[in-house]
Amino acid sequence: MLKVTDLSVSYGAIQALGGVSFEIPAGDIVTLIGGNGAGKTTALRTISGLLRPLAGTIHFRGEEITRLQPHDIVARGLCHVPEGRMIFANLTVDENLAMGAYLQTDKAKVAGIRDYVFGIFPRLKERLKQVAGTLSGGEQQMLAIGRALMGDPKFLMLDEPSLGIAPRLISTIFEKIVEINRKQGITILLVEQNANLALEVSRYAHVLETGRVAVHGPSQDLRQDPQLKAAYLGG
Amino acid sequence: MTEFLQQLLNGLSLGAIYALIALGYTMVYGVLRFINFAHADVFMVGAFAGYYLGQFLPEDTLWGGSIVLIGAMAASAALGMTIERLAYRPLRNAPTLNVLITAIGVSLLLQYSGQVFFGAAPRTFPPVLPSRNFEIGTLTLSSNQLVVIGVAIALVVALQFIVFRTKMGTAMRAVSLNPKAAQLVGVNNNVVITFTFALGSALAGAGGILYSLNYPSIDPLMGVMPGLKAFVAAILGGIGNIPGAALGGLLLGTVETFVAGSQYSTYKDAIAFAILIIILLFRPAGLLGRFTAEKV
Repeated sequence: MLKVTDLSVSYGAIQALGGVSFEIPAGDIVTLIGGNGAGKTTALRTISGLLRPLAGTIHFRGEEITRLQPHDIVARGLCHVPEGRMIFANLTVDENLAMGAYLQTDKAKVAGIRDYVFGIFPRLKERLKQVAGTLSGGEQQMLAIGRALMGDPKFLMLDEPSLGIAPRLISTIFEKIVEINRKQGITILLVEQNANLALEVSRYAHVLETGRVAVHGPSQDLRQDPQLKAAYLGG
Repeated sequence: MTEFLQQLLNGLSLGAIYALIALGYTMVYGVLRFINFAHADVFMVGAFAGYYLGQFLPEDTLWGGSIVLIGAMAASAALGMTIERLAYRPLRNAPTLNVLITAIGVSLLLQYSGQVFFGAAPRTFPPVLPSRNFEIGTLTLSSNQLVVIGVAIALVVALQFIVFRTKMGTAMRAVSLNPKAAQLVGVNNNVVITFTFALGSALAGAGGILYSLNYPSIDPLMGVMPGLKAFVAAILGGIGNIPGAALGGLLLGTVETFVAGSQYSTYKDAIAFAILIIILLFRPAGLLGRFTAEKV
């Protein structure tokens, strides 16, 4: 579904990604793990068009999207839940969800997706008229995911969904992520610092180290890898 | 008492014009975080567009006046969009200071092109609207003042509707809050920014006509002082805040008029700005501004 080939990205003189390649098959949950500064967020931002690569290509469902504008990429069904959630803090929950469906023209379909989102995150329905900035961290993350789902994605990229969230909500959110993948058939690319969690829910994993894919393989195998355990999984 | 009401009315009609211009400053600041100094000159071009349109229309008619108003708004909107496209868009990723300097450059370009094309000598704005004076007791109401206040209120209500009730308005607020997140839900930020310029410039154009109806001598530098006052009004209300800009404009216009009508009339601008400084000392983010304010 998504194919990234030899992707290189720099911030000025600093190279963030140096020739990263990976492929994500339709229907899968794939994770990108690695330490701070490994280039995980950069990879997502380049895929969704917020950053321009120096070299390399990105193909989505067979079509090259490397230099498209972000809104054109969203229109193709690739939605990105950014790090730090980036909800519209002064808009209501309702308006945030409406913005998620910005490119959708079929009102009946939007209403259907909305009901589906409320089914996954009933909390959002309760807080519909609340200003999004006043939600808790976990609720904001639900809203960020719900907003991306409103765009009717075929492919969803989640950047650090566990960041800054109460521990008991983390497992709920990860259950929902798996549910979105299983029930809706939405392919998911998950970026996480919490490698244990990421390897638990994903089927395949790529480990980034200083801008390169150091290791990749089925998540189950990586969980047993002694070197990886020492580096990311806390022994 | 009569004098107080009279001055209040004069002040509100001047303030309504400041408010219309201030809205453009505040909206552009909301989406791009810079002060569009060329905005005051869009106001001037609006007045001249009305002046030239007026040459083809009969005087003293409601429909003629409406055409002048709408035509000037359209011309100003087109100018605003052109300025954004040619001068500001190429600097989208440049530091704000560069954009600010460019805005000053565009402002000077418009002022002095105006002197080339329109001539530096003041012209008399045609009385496109029928003008009457009404006496209520000892109070004199001029129809032009009522038109200014009425049109300004209608435009502000329309603007509130667009910003808070339409999809484009929600997108404007979204871009203002977080441009990257707006892109990630599929908003083409350039379209929203162009729309914002069109809207703000149309209001400035309307301001230009309303101003010229009450002060019918127009020249290419006429935008400078009202533009500065409106800029101050936008800051006073809380830059980026739409109701704040309207409130700031009304307040500044009223204060200025009252001071002008007192024995300290020579100091009217000084006192108006002193009040600004005092208000900002106590409310640094402006009257309605919050540091995390709704920035549109």
